[in-house]
Amino acid sequence: MKLVPTASQTAGPFLHLGLTDKGSVGGMVGQTAIGELVRIRIYILDGDGAPVSDAVVEVWQADAQGRYRHPDDLRPTGCDPTWRGFGRLAVDQQGCCVFESVKPGRVPGRGNTVQAPHLNISIFARGLLKQLVTRMYFAGDESNLADPVLALVPEGRRETLMAQPDNSHPGSWCFEIRLCGENETVFFDV
Amino acid sequence: MNIRAYRRPDPNTQPRYLYQAYRSTTRRAPTKPLIVLPHTLSEITGPVYGHEDVGEMDNDLTRQHPGEPLGERIIVTGRVLDADGHPLRNSLVEIWQANAAGRYAHHNDDHAAPLDPNFTGAGRTLTDPDGRYSFVTIKPGAYPWRNHENAWRPAHIHFSLFGTALATRLVTQMYFPGDPLFPIDPVSQSIPDQKARERLIANFDLATTQPEWALGYRFDIVLRGREATPFEA
Repeated sequence: MKLVPTASQTAGPFLHLGLTDKGSVGGMVGQTAIGELVRIRIYILDGDGAPVSDAVVEVWQADAQGRYRHPDDLRPTGCDPTWRGFGRLAVDQQGCCVFESVKPGRVPGRGNTVQAPHLNISIFARGLLKQLVTRMYFAGDESNLADPVLALVPEGRRETLMAQPDNSHPGSWCFEIRLCGENETVFFDV
Repeated sequence: MNIRAYRRPDPNTQPRYLYQAYRSTTRRAPTKPLIVLPHTLSEITGPVYGHEDVGEMDNDLTRQHPGEPLGERIIVTGRVLDADGHPLRNSLVEIWQANAAGRYAHHNDDHAAPLDPNFTGAGRTLTDPDGRYSFVTIKPGAYPWRNHENAWRPAHIHFSLFGTALATRLVTQMYFPGDPLFPIDPVSQSIPDQKARERLIANFDLATTQPEWALGYRFDIVLRGREATPFEA
């Protein structure tokens, strides 16, 4: 039996009621998390460069060793037991939200490739009839050069997927997501 | 490691990002084509929930306050399946909605309709071994929005589902049968395929209806199914 997947609809302007009023997760690491702690500040801007103040951002990422907490990650060495890998926050009036996490390890790609450290990011908001899915990479990480997904992106647009380090705060990264228009972020059809 | 990707839906059964009649899409929809991402471990995994995340009463929106909310009490139930018809067990379902007067308990909602001190309008539950979920709530009211002249949203309940992977994540809306606003609603009409649109309308179900207590509606939800052939990762 083949069924047709249900159509998506916008989460609308009141999405906090169902998604973040009780279900917020900004601190993705426990006391005993393994790996390099990172603070990730995400900004969301619309086609006029104005902050999108009513979005919800979801993050899904591997642990510091590149393991996902999921039954389909079948590798023999398991995930950090304190790790879940999921974050979800509403943005503020500036279109900003901040996740406390660890830098993910490298995850296998297709064939014999290995992906560079990345966060999978989904955005829900009024005006988005489906969530937008993008990835955040860490600018300057050498493994970005061999990442098989970045290789699918035209060279001139790869920069839109790079979080930039905040040099005055070690371990802090800033990632700007532009939904449309000039320097539009690359979004993926997953 | 062999993993199986998820099949992509027929594009006509899903809304496009840019739909002019829904005005907010014009400053938020990407203008460049999306890059098709062949699935890797990152897309075929996703948050898996446990029972610790859901409270026992979280699926009864009429019992979250000292008194009973006003409005028509309803039961909304259905199954969450993948596109091959397999039930999704232990899968998180989150809902949110307006109250019977068409007002959300949300600081950004300024519609001149009363709030109900006994109704917040948010619930969550996990599907059972047959993929079944069930909520008790109040039938939401229609409400005006400023999309165009005299614009009203049909009564609806927002649904959020995770399924098994990043690729199966779905946020949608359930509508009610016979609603005259449905055919003129830009949000639902953004889906090109008429049958796909109509599948967002719940069915009234006398078997779910409880005598002297509440009307029952059935709303089944289908998430993406997997490719038959695995790939090496």
